[in-house]
Amino acid sequence: MPKIIVDDIEVEVPAEYTLLQAAEMAGAEIPRFCFHERLSIAGNCRMCLVELKGAPKPVASCAYAVRDCRPGPNGEPPVVLTKSPTVKKAREGVMEFLLINHPLDCPICDQGGECDLQDQAMAYGVDTSRFAENKRAVEDKYLGPLVRTSMNRCIHCTRCVRFATEIAGVPDLGTIGRGEDMEITSYLERAMGSELQSCVADLCPVGALLNKPYSFNARPWELTKTESVDVMDAVGSNIRVDSRGREVMRILPRVNELINEEWIHDKTRHIVDGLRRQRLDRPYVRENGKLRPATWNEAFETIAARLRGVAPERVGALVGDLAGAEEIFALKALMDGLGVKNLDARQDGTVLHPAYGRASYIFNPSIIGIEDADAVLIVGANPRIEASLVNVRLRKRWRRSPLPIGLIGENVDLTYPVQHLGAGPDTLADVLSGSHSFAEILRKAERPLVIVGQGALTRPDGLAILAMAARLVREFGGAAEGWNGLAILHTAASRVAALDLGFVPEEGSLTAREMAQAGAVDVLFNLGADEIDVAPGAFVVYQGTHGDRGAHRADVILPSATYTEKTGTYVNTEGRVQLANRAAFPPGEAREDWAILRALSERLGAKLPFDSLMQLRQRLYAAAPHFADIDSIAAGNLAESIDMLAGLGDQPGREPFRGPIEDFYLTNPIARASGIMAECSALAHGAKLEAAE
Amino acid sequence: MAVRRLAADEIQPKSFTLSADAEAWAQEQIAKYPEGRQASAVVPLLWKVQGDCGGWLPQKAIEAVAERLGMPYIRVLEVATFYTMFNLEPVGRHFIQCCGTTPCALRGANDLMDMLRGRVGEQRHVTADGNFSWLEVECLGACTNAPMVQINNDYYEDLTPEILSRIMDELAAGGTPKRGPQQGRNASEPLGESVTLVEPSLYDGSMIGAWRKRFEETAPAAEANAKAEGERATQQAATNPKPAKPDAGRVVERPVGDTPAVRAAAGEKPVSTGKQAAAAEPSRTTVAEGKPASETVAPPRSRKSYVNTPVKPEDGRTVADAPASPDSASVQTSGTEKTSGS
Repeated sequence: MPKIIVDDIEVEVPAEYTLLQAAEMAGAEIPRFCFHERLSIAGNCRMCLVELKGAPKPVASCAYAVRDCRPGPNGEPPVVLTKSPTVKKAREGVMEFLLINHPLDCPICDQGGECDLQDQAMAYGVDTSRFAENKRAVEDKYLGPLVRTSMNRCIHCTRCVRFATEIAGVPDLGTIGRGEDMEITSYLERAMGSELQSCVADLCPVGALLNKPYSFNARPWELTKTESVDVMDAVGSNIRVDSRGREVMRILPRVNELINEEWIHDKTRHIVDGLRRQRLDRPYVRENGKLRPATWNEAFETIAARLRGVAPERVGALVGDLAGAEEIFALKALMDGLGVKNLDARQDGTVLHPAYGRASYIFNPSIIGIEDADAVLIVGANPRIEASLVNVRLRKRWRRSPLPIGLIGENVDLTYPVQHLGAGPDTLADVLSGSHSFAEILRKAERPLVIVGQGALTRPDGLAILAMAARLVREFGGAAEGWNGLAILHTAASRVAALDLGFVPEEGSLTAREMAQAGAVDVLFNLGADEIDVAPGAFVVYQGTHGDRGAHRADVILPSATYTEKTGTYVNTEGRVQLANRAAFPPGEAREDWAILRALSERLGAKLPFDSLMQLRQRLYAAAPHFADIDSIAAGNLAESIDMLAGLGDQPGREPFRGPIEDFYLTNPIARASGIMAECSALAHGAKLEAAE
Repeated sequence: MAVRRLAADEIQPKSFTLSADAEAWAQEQIAKYPEGRQASAVVPLLWKVQGDCGGWLPQKAIEAVAERLGMPYIRVLEVATFYTMFNLEPVGRHFIQCCGTTPCALRGANDLMDMLRGRVGEQRHVTADGNFSWLEVECLGACTNAPMVQINNDYYEDLTPEILSRIMDELAAGGTPKRGPQQGRNASEPLGESVTLVEPSLYDGSMIGAWRKRFEETAPAAEANAKAEGERATQQAATNPKPAKPDAGRVVERPVGDTPAVRAAAGEKPVSTGKQAAAAEPSRTTVAEGKPASETVAPPRSRKSYVNTPVKPEDGRTVADAPASPDSASVQTSGTEKTSGS
C-alpha cells in the first residue's frame, strides 16, 4: 500500500483511496458539500481543496486518487497539506462563491442548526460580501408531498440527483439549464416516484430540499433525540426519533451498515402524524352495541366477567404486526396461565412455524450478506415495497457487478433489471427440476440466494412452496459451507420475535384464520392485530393504539403505547435482536402493553410473575437466551431446517403469487391514521391509474 | 441567456411520433456507439427531431426521443435545456440568430438588433405570418466579417440594418438571398485594398535568407550588450542588494498614523499640547481633524474582511478596528501593569 504524508503525518492507505479518505485516515478533517461516501464522486463543489506538493494548483481531494500522486524527487511519499494558508485561502474563495447566490435565510430556514453550509461558513466564511450584482433567484419546484423545496438555497452539489439515480434507482431528478441558470428539478415538476425519496432532504447539505411535513415545526436544538428501531416493516431500520415534550416531531435514519446503511423509506419517516391521530387514549367497553368510554377497572371487570366459565379451548389470542417481544412474551405467559392453546401471531396466515427450526423462518444470509450473493432468485416477493432497504441492498449488489436475478411472481419494477421467470409455483417447480434455463445459472453460482416472500407463504399451499424453496436451496448449493442461501422475507416487525417465542398454535389448536371465523372461539384477545377480519360472535378484547379495524370490532378496548412510546425489543427479518427506546409517552390513560397485561392478569386470576420491565426481561432472556444478545443474530441450523422442510408438502396449486401488500403506504394502523401517508397513497394510486391508461 | 423552459402547454402538439426518416437516422447514429450505449446518440437524435419539428423541440418529441433511447425523460430534458441550439419554443420559418459578442457588437450588431426589434418584435417572438423570429446569441465564429447573423443554416456577414432588412424581404418573398459576406468581398479577404503583405519585395525572391543575414549581422553585438548588462547587474547586486523598484507591485508601507514616534521621526515635537487636550476630551473617544463632520465613518469590521477600511491612517482618525488588534495588546499591557503594581 502506498504511503502518503498528510500534514506531517505519514499514513499507509490503499492506492484506490482518494486524498480525502487518506486525509481522514490521518485525522485531518476535510470540508465537503458534494462528496458523499455512498454516492458517486461529482467533484463540483470544490470545498475539499487541498494542497498537493508538486501540483500547480490546489486539487479537489474527493476526486484525486492516492495512486495518481507523484512521489518526491528521491521517491519520498507524496505530501498533502490540508491546513496550509493556500488551502485556507482556496476554501475561503470557494465559500465566497457559494455564498454569492445563497440567500441569508438562516433565521427562517429549517436546516438552520444542522446545515453543512452554515457550519462550514463559520470556518471559511467572511462577514462581508464583495458581490454587488443582483442575486440569482430560482423558482421553487414541486417534488411531491414529502420534500419541500427552496431552490434559492441550492448550491448545485447534485447529491439529490445522484441519490435518486444511483441508490433509489428511480431517476426522477435532474439538472436543467446550465451555468447560472442550472436548476434541480424533476421532469415537469412531477412528484418523485421513489419510496426512498425523502432521503434527499437528509442528503441536501443546505436548506434547499427539506422535510415538508416537518416544515417550520421545530428547531433541531430543541429536540430530544432517541435512538430507536423502525417497525413499519420487518427490516428493523435503525432510526432516531426526535421529540419535543410529549410529541414526536420527526424520524431520521441512523447509520447501521448491517441493515439500512443510512437510508430509511418514506413510511418509516413520515408516519409521524399517524402517531398523534386516531389514538385510543382511554379504555372503552361495548354496551348495547356501542362503545363507551370506561375506566380501566370497568374494562378489566368486563373481561373477567365474560371470561368466567369459558373453557380454555374456546379462548384465543392474536398478536399483530407491531408488537414488541416483551408484550408477546407477557401475553403468552398470561395465556399459558389460563391454559389457552389457541395462540397465533401470523394474522396473514403464513405457514412459517418454529417447529422447523429458526433457520426456516429468518433471512439466513443476513442483509449485508446479500452483497456476497452471486445469483438471486426471488420467489413471491416484491422487496421494493415489502422491505425497501433489502431492495436497496440488492440494487447495491447489482450496481457493483451485475448478477443474474430471477423473479417468480408479479412482474414488478425492482429498480434493477430482473429476469421474470414466471408467475406461480409451476415455474418454481420447473427451476427445481432443472428444466428451466435459470436452474443452470443457479447451479453455476457459488452463493445462490433464494428470497421467499410472504406472497408465496400465506397461501393454502404455502408449506409446499416453502418445501420446494428448501429443496431448491439444497439442490443448488445454497446451504453450503459458509453460505446460507435461504432467505425468508417478512413484512411484520413482530413476526420473527413471535415465532422465536413460540406464539403459534400447537398441533390441534386453532390458527389465526380459524380463530377469526364465526363460532370458533368465545373470547379473543387481540394484541394489535388489525389486518384480520374477526367474524361476529366472539367477544373481542382489543389491546392497541389506534381506532382501526381491530378497535371497531372490539368489545373491550385497552389503549396501549406505540413503538415510540415504549421500550421494546424487536427482531427483524434476519433474526437480529434490536432495542427500541422510548421517545415520548402514550396519550391519556394509555399504558405500555406489558403493564396492561400484567394488571389484567391479576384480575383474571393468573398473575404474571413480574412487576417491572426488568423482571419481565429477565424471564424473557431465561426463556429465550438469544434475546439478550442485542444487535446480533442467533443463527439457525439451516441444513437441519432444510432437511426437515424438504420432505414436507404435497402438490402446490397453480395460482400465481400475489404480493401481501396492496398499498405500501397503508400497511398498519399508524400509517392508516397518517394524513401524509394517505396523501402519498392517493398520489401513488393516481400514478398507477395514469400508467395503466 | 435566460432560464430555458419548455413551451407553454397551449402550443405543445398533442402527440409526436418519430418519422421513418428520423428512425433510420437514429439507427445510423446508435450504430456508432457500443452496445448498450445508445444514450450517446441523444444529441444527434434531438437535432434531427428539432429539424423535423420546424426548428424546435416539443415536449412530446423529447419524450419520444427518451423512449427511443431507453432514457428517463429527465435525462433528455437535461440535454435539451443545456444546449442553447435546441429551441424549446416555436421559431419562425426563418430563424435569425444575431451574434451579439464583442467583435460584432463593436461593428454594429446593436443596430441590427434594433432593426430586428422594430421589424420582428422582441426576441423569441414569432411574427404573425410565421416568417421570422430572432435571438441574440454568443459568438458564431465569423468575427472577421462582423456583424453577422445566422438564418436557419446559413451565415450572412458584413451586415448593416439595411442589408439585413433586404435579405429578410427576399426570404419573406420566398427567394434565396446570397449567403456569406454581403459587401462585395470574397470570404474573409480584406474589404477594399489590401493593407498588409503588399510590399513587392515579399514576392520577388529578394527576401529569401534575409532574416538569417540580418541575424548574423546583429547577433554578436546584442550578445555582447546582454553580457555587459548581466555583469553590471551582478556587480550592483553585490554592493546594493535592493531590487530596482521596491514598491513594484507591492503595497507601500506608510506610517501607521499620527503617533509621537512618527512625529519625532519627522522632526516635529513628539507630543503636541493641543492634541493631548483634544484626546483627553471625555465626550469623544476619537479625534478627527481637517474633515467635515458629514463624512461617514466606516462601520466596525472584524479582522476577517475583504473590504478595506476606507479610513486613511493619515487622516489622524483612530481606526476603528486596526488589523493588529491593538485593543487586545493594550488590554494585555494594562493587565501586566496591574500584576506588577500589586
